[in-house]
Amino acid sequence: MTATLEEMLAGREVVVTCGSGGAGKTTMAAAIGTLAAVHMGGRVLVLTVDPARRLADALGLEALGNVSCRVPDDAFGAAGLSPRGELWAAMLDTKASWDDLVRVQSPDRDTAARILANRMYENITGTFVQSHDYIAMERLYELHTSGDWDLLVIDTPPTRNAIDFLDAPARMADFFSSRFLRLLTAPARSRFATAASRPFYQVADRILGSQFLEDIAEFFLLFQSMYDGFVERARAVEALLGDRRTTFVVVSTLESAPVREAEFFCDELAARKLHLGAVVLNRVLPEWMADPAAGVLAHELDADPRPMAERLVLGDRIDPPVDVAQVAATLSTIADNYLRYQVVARREATERERMARKAEVVARVPLVAGDIGDVAALASIAEELR
Amino acid sequence: MVAPGGGLGVPKAPGLLDRRLLFVTGKGGVGKTTVAAALALGAAQSGKRTLVCEVDAKGDLADFYETGPLAFEPRTIEAGLDAMTMQTEASLREYLRLQLRLPMLVRMGPLARAFDFVALAAPGVREILTVGKLAYEVRAGHYDLVVVDGPATGHIVGQLASPSGIRDLVQVGAIRHQTDWMLDLLHDPAVTGVVVVSAPEDMPVNETLELLDRLERQTGVDLAAVVMNRVLPELFSRHQQEIAASLDTSGSPALRVLVDAADLATRLRRSRTPHLRRLRTELGARAPLLYVPDLFTRVPGRRTTRLIAEALAAELGVVASGGPGVNGL
Repeated sequence: MTATLEEMLAGREVVVTCGSGGAGKTTMAAAIGTLAAVHMGGRVLVLTVDPARRLADALGLEALGNVSCRVPDDAFGAAGLSPRGELWAAMLDTKASWDDLVRVQSPDRDTAARILANRMYENITGTFVQSHDYIAMERLYELHTSGDWDLLVIDTPPTRNAIDFLDAPARMADFFSSRFLRLLTAPARSRFATAASRPFYQVADRILGSQFLEDIAEFFLLFQSMYDGFVERARAVEALLGDRRTTFVVVSTLESAPVREAEFFCDELAARKLHLGAVVLNRVLPEWMADPAAGVLAHELDADPRPMAERLVLGDRIDPPVDVAQVAATLSTIADNYLRYQVVARREATERERMARKAEVVARVPLVAGDIGDVAALASIAEELR
Repeated sequence: MVAPGGGLGVPKAPGLLDRRLLFVTGKGGVGKTTVAAALALGAAQSGKRTLVCEVDAKGDLADFYETGPLAFEPRTIEAGLDAMTMQTEASLREYLRLQLRLPMLVRMGPLARAFDFVALAAPGVREILTVGKLAYEVRAGHYDLVVVDGPATGHIVGQLASPSGIRDLVQVGAIRHQTDWMLDLLHDPAVTGVVVVSAPEDMPVNETLELLDRLERQTGVDLAAVVMNRVLPELFSRHQQEIAASLDTSGSPALRVLVDAADLATRLRRSRTPHLRRLRTELGARAPLLYVPDLFTRVPGRRTTRLIAEALAAELGVVASGGPGVNGL
């Protein structure tokens, strides 16, 4: 390993954390933000999609909305830290972000108002799955171009497939430049005129009902007025992801399914020539869980705990005194517990080796009991990451 | 494996496996697919003709049965158990062929692409094609039970609400007509239920509780059960705890490691307990809460699936007599 996460971050302005659901993307985004604010300085913004309540509390995020809040210096002070920079946090509000985008891209206020009032619009922004992926990247672009931030750390929304959001800008651009969109948005009278489109409308009418088609058409007609701006924007968002100031951090636990997804993700990043900055292995069992000497002892105790129980009792090592059988039973439980965790720890070691080959920087964050509830906890993860 | 579901504190509801269509959902990482695979396996082993369907096409489900890649066409993977993966395009084609008798569409390349586009453009179309195929399998009576390895908590409501959504948007037409029978199936608690998989941690429990409210308000689909996965068993009795704490390990570093490991296990369990308790309190009598212990087997495969199926079978028995088993609270 030639580099540390901190060194890798020095040349970056955008960090995107990704990985399968439940791997700890949001926590790692917050910890990376903390690391940067404490050690590197500058204005750092962590943009999260859906943080755990205690993490949101730790970052001082109270309400959902596109408002950035600064993590107060007191919170760092309580953790015994005096950060060189500022740590800010914001939550991604999908609906509000779409509304903002429409207002910016609409040719005039009237069009914006009509789009925002269109019932298809609400449905699309609310339920169109890719819209979440896209808007997260779009918001990232918006924040980056604002010039307000030295470092932006964003965690990616939970998607069916962790790679989806990478394609979101291109897909959004394709979507709005599709010839079928033109077909749909052709004036109603001329629609039936072309031989090519006639069967489409006949079948579509039969299945969807013509009113529904009219609704779709109206919506896309309105959206078409934003077409150029929209496509240009989507291309710019895509370019930002590929920019050399942007890096991706893949977060994974060492369970087999997340590891497999993380490997796939690393390969996809490479195939797209995107920068894989680091792999963060989260909730890793401590190495002593696979300690050979402890393993030998655990097997001994598992087979027969009495000799050690007798030694411990006879040697007056237990206070207050208890009988040998009780000590033996306890030792047996302790040994059994160790052996179970040892198996997991060994599996993790195997997976860890696989992942170690994937990136130049591989950081490990140990399993801790409890939730991340304050800046001190984030800072301790940040230290593990450095 | 029977689940009368009428035990103490559990409302009169159809037994979990007596329903016909179960959507399994949960936050990413909690073991949603494991539980779906195990439920289906348990049902098949209890003699039900069962179909298990993966909807998010990640290909994970096949791993839990150690079978080859799944396709849209259901394939028998063992006695009484078929498995398939959802493909909305294939579902659309099947729908057009079966319901609208439009076989020619399959051959019409550009037109088929146009429909793919509409499916992408029109909200809810993809979702309804998924739900529609599953509901169709139930209605056609090909199976006693269809278990769906559904989308994660963020998307399940959209999927289950899609027939209502489409019905509101589409005033006339064939789809409008189709949504009616789908809704009849989905809204009948004797037929359809949602199984929410959770884990005793902050986020999974929050998402579960939010989901329960949204399911009730936005879908009208009955909550069949909540499965609490990865419950850690109590390691020590109180007395053993005291003994462990007072063991003098100064002479043996190896023993120190063993005691530290026990301590970590105990702290992990303690950190999970409040979340488990919160879920149990908030869930109340709305649905049975089933516990699945942390198995320490992290590799998905037939062994894991079988063990979880056994744990669920035991829990379904326990629920009927009134109390949870392994949580020890």
